[in-house]
Amino acid sequence: MDINELIQKLEGEFEDIPKGALTPSTKITDIQGWGSMHALIVIALMDAEYGITVKGDELRSVQSIQDLFDLAKKKQAAL
Amino acid sequence: MAFFQVENISLRGIAAAVPKFEISNMDYDYLSEQERKLLIKTTGIEKRRAVKDTGVTTADLCQASAEKLLNQLSINREDIQVVVFVSQTPDYFLPASSIILQNKLGLPKTCIAFDIDLGCSGYVYGLSVVSTLMNQAKLKKGLLLVGDISTDGTPIEDKSVYPLFGDGGTATLLEYDESAEKMTFSLQSDGSGYEAIIVREGAKRKPYTKESFDLVDIGNGIKRAPRNLELNGLDVFNFSVTEVPKNISDFFQKTGTSAESYDYFVMHQANMIMNETIRKKLKFPPEKIPYSLSKFGNTSSASIPLTIVSELRNKVSSPSSLLLSGFGVGLSWGTVSLKTKGLVCPELIEM
Repeated sequence: MDINELIQKLEGEFEDIPKGALTPSTKITDIQGWGSMHALIVIALMDAEYGITVKGDELRSVQSIQDLFDLAKKKQAAL
Repeated sequence: MAFFQVENISLRGIAAAVPKFEISNMDYDYLSEQERKLLIKTTGIEKRRAVKDTGVTTADLCQASAEKLLNQLSINREDIQVVVFVSQTPDYFLPASSIILQNKLGLPKTCIAFDIDLGCSGYVYGLSVVSTLMNQAKLKKGLLLVGDISTDGTPIEDKSVYPLFGDGGTATLLEYDESAEKMTFSLQSDGSGYEAIIVREGAKRKPYTKESFDLVDIGNGIKRAPRNLELNGLDVFNFSVTEVPKNISDFFQKTGTSAESYDYFVMHQANMIMNETIRKKLKFPPEKIPYSLSKFGNTSSASIPLTIVSELRNKVSSPSSLLLSGFGVGLSWGTVSLKTKGLVCPELIEM
């Protein structure tokens, strides 16, 4: 899996964000309009695209998109 | 896994009732317009029905449904030998609402009556209990009354639950019929997740105190009282999109069926993103999945029969192969497959 691909998918899910607005260092909670619906969308994306379960607590402990990517990679490796 | 089949029982009809009072999530001003749009797109929930301050209870909605169904099918009430009420919002702590309904519906004193305390999985569980009992005891006819009033436990100050829930009550008539095809059930539970959807105070573990009714600021702009419904949406999402497809894949394997074997897959109406994730994992085409979410939201145990009445009533008048799946509070989940031979569904009642 590739971090740029993850960023593209996130930008695709969050319609109000212009392409290229997100980078690996973007803090997740700084994403424009971030709220509980966004959290749900991220968890659904992780499940659908990468086949992994990210728990609510895990998502809350993640800071940046890079952290989210690292967590996803670790979970995928453990499948 | 509890996997079993029940013979000799057919579904004759289903009726459903919702309150007249409609709430639109577009008017929910605790969220910005952009948040409202995202909420509606993600959850699929545009409108909901609420009993508001009318005093109407779940039992009333179920009673109205049962009256309409029994009249339309011209059922002799003396033939009804079991009535089961499935709800987490009964009229009283005691006695059981089913027993009061036995009298109100004019059912005979020879009728078995009891309640089952389940939510989102309740319709599937209720069908399993009533059909098993009817088959074993060769009971002529049975009524399954299922529903909930969730809106009085979901305050407007709690944006994590308020826009999601609606009220509804339903009635299903089952009949002993030796020509009926088998119903197949798979039922599961996991009490380790009991806190994922919970009303913490008011029963015996934590009886009401004055503070039970006080709204508490819990952060993120959410206020909720200990007597209100608390929902951990992310945990429930993960539970549902993991366990439900697993349960149904296993069900397919044990029954030698697949998505193609069914005309309709009626899921508990939780929210669009969750239900669509489940649909895709099980490879059901969109046209086999009815949704009533946009009109009624999550109506807890009522959602499966309400969706059949609201979305499929004209389609299931011809023989249909149905797969039904309920999942949620408990945690509790279950699936049933059944074949109907012309289900009678009176028009939705609004009261």
